[in-house]
Amino acid sequence: MTAIASINPGLILILGALPIPLLPQAIRRLYLLALPALGFAAVYQLEPGTLVTMEAFGMTLELLQVDRLSLVWGYIFNIAAFLGFLFAWHDRDAVQQISAMIYAGAAIAAVFAGDLVTLFIYWELTGISSVFLIWASRTDAAYRCGMRYLLIQVSSGVILLSGTVAWYMLTGSIDFTHIGVDSLAGKLILLAFGIKCAFPLLHNWLQDSYPEATVTGTVILSAFTTKLAVYALARGFAGTEVLIYIGAVMAIFPVFYALIENDLRRLLAYALNNQLGFMVVGVGVGTELALNGTAAQAFSHILYKGLLFMTMGAVLFRTGTCKASELGGLFKSMPWTAGFCIIGAASMAFPLFAGFVSKSMIITAVAVEHHSMIWGALLFASVGVFLTCGLKLPYFTFFGQDSGHRVKEAPWNMLAAMGLTAFLCVFIGCYPAVLYDILPYPVDYKPYTSYHVIQQLQIMMFTALAFVILLTFRIFPTDSKSTNLDSDWFYRKAGPWAAKRLLGALGAMGKSIESALTQATTNTITVIKRHHGPEGMMAKTLHLSSMVVWVVAFLAFILLMDFVRGL
Amino acid sequence: MSEERERKTDGRRSWLDDPKTVRKIVLALFVLCGVLFFADGFYEKHSHFGVEDVFGFYALYGFVMCVVLVIGAKLMRAFLMRGEDYYDRDR
Repeated sequence: MTAIASINPGLILILGALPIPLLPQAIRRLYLLALPALGFAAVYQLEPGTLVTMEAFGMTLELLQVDRLSLVWGYIFNIAAFLGFLFAWHDRDAVQQISAMIYAGAAIAAVFAGDLVTLFIYWELTGISSVFLIWASRTDAAYRCGMRYLLIQVSSGVILLSGTVAWYMLTGSIDFTHIGVDSLAGKLILLAFGIKCAFPLLHNWLQDSYPEATVTGTVILSAFTTKLAVYALARGFAGTEVLIYIGAVMAIFPVFYALIENDLRRLLAYALNNQLGFMVVGVGVGTELALNGTAAQAFSHILYKGLLFMTMGAVLFRTGTCKASELGGLFKSMPWTAGFCIIGAASMAFPLFAGFVSKSMIITAVAVEHHSMIWGALLFASVGVFLTCGLKLPYFTFFGQDSGHRVKEAPWNMLAAMGLTAFLCVFIGCYPAVLYDILPYPVDYKPYTSYHVIQQLQIMMFTALAFVILLTFRIFPTDSKSTNLDSDWFYRKAGPWAAKRLLGALGAMGKSIESALTQATTNTITVIKRHHGPEGMMAKTLHLSSMVVWVVAFLAFILLMDFVRGL
Repeated sequence: MSEERERKTDGRRSWLDDPKTVRKIVLALFVLCGVLFFADGFYEKHSHFGVEDVFGFYALYGFVMCVVLVIGAKLMRAFLMRGEDYYDRDR
């Protein structure tokens, strides 16, 4: 085994990030592209079945564990990092460059982690390094948003750690294999994965934070965290039935939000959430076809969602806004970006594009297992995501009402990154065998049958038809400046409100307890003063004669008692 | 008004601004949808569920679901929509 074959490829990016600030700008840019390229080469020469372990603290840490599942994520994470850095070529901010590189490296390293403790370390590192991409916006809103993001990401790690401890107590092993939800440990670990995977009600950090990150930061963010969580679910919870239902809910409800969202990067974050739902359903079904579908979907999703985030990033970079209500008619100024956006939109579902050959695998896997309701839900979700990302997003940005923005086309590096990503989307759509060859299980699936192609085209074109009709009759929701309440309302409004009320109530209670105590003390002092004070009865000097009377009375009492006892 | 609009767009009109082109595109979409709908009669379905055998099922499903989604989302707005500065108001 060569030396390079025994180190975790993620470390190439993590350690490689350290000298970044020392390099002059011109070299640095090439270096940033070279690292993921090197990382890709390192992943490429890994053999499935490789295992590198280390003994520490009486446990066996599996620093590098390679199988066909982890390789898929290893490839696509390096590709995503390369494309992301190409997109950010113009950016000179060393903080973003280092944090993005460590973040990508940590995600890759986590994929090749063979045990839960190693996974935990990289899991936390992805959270901590990525928050700088949000803070790099350097606004007050981004700062506060980053704090919320960090809190949730770190919580996910802490829950993962407690689940790991419980799992170790239960099984005596920290090996990251199938875990399942039967034990408390399994439930904790599922919750930790679920937070990062943006399960319903745990999802809102995603839509909250991604639109606050920088132009390039969002592109990087969109690729790693959630897909790492999908990978972790696929490894630990394949075939867990509850995931089918969680995934279905996840695929449906975000599209409603996406449809009424004005901030287009937030719209994409909702759509991303919906696409994760498909993958979670695939993990829940757990058959070879379904898991292949999940892996394929993660691969192509990273590409086309990254492409869409890139186009919106380019729009934001040039126009300074990403709000549908402030955009429109941009295809005249940014024709190339518009074209790439349409390719990204088509890549979600159209035949000859990446999404078609991967998403349909999951839907077919669901149909094969006869989950009719889930199948209907996923079809609905694919209609929804095409309507929002494929029609609403390009229409309101590049066509529709002209907003009057007259800007330059995106810089060459952004165009190159978008072009390359668009090429990959089309390439995979036309030659799915390239993708199918790297999937975890042997693929016996033909995407291009006349039935598949026609049913998909029917769905898409009739969705487009409905869009045009709804738009013509002004039924389609207009873009208006607004915030839509989501589950973050609970911790951004209800929580602080309740805390304020609770603290207020506690304060009032404290005050009343304090005044009651003061009152009681005053009363006691008054009573004592009355009896023992200068005028008090107990402080009086008594006459000798009255003393004698009392003594006689006392003796008489004792005598009487003695007499009574003797009876 | 149209003059002002012309000035705002600094006179750069494109073929896509022409209502005639838009009408042509919409017409093309209608024709394509019609062709796809009736294509259902000309190939063999490998369905998993009975409902898939309904003529033009996927077309109808796509259209109906799209309408349901839009109306649902509009209703949701009534409950969920707040001003853009909603979270910043108390600050």
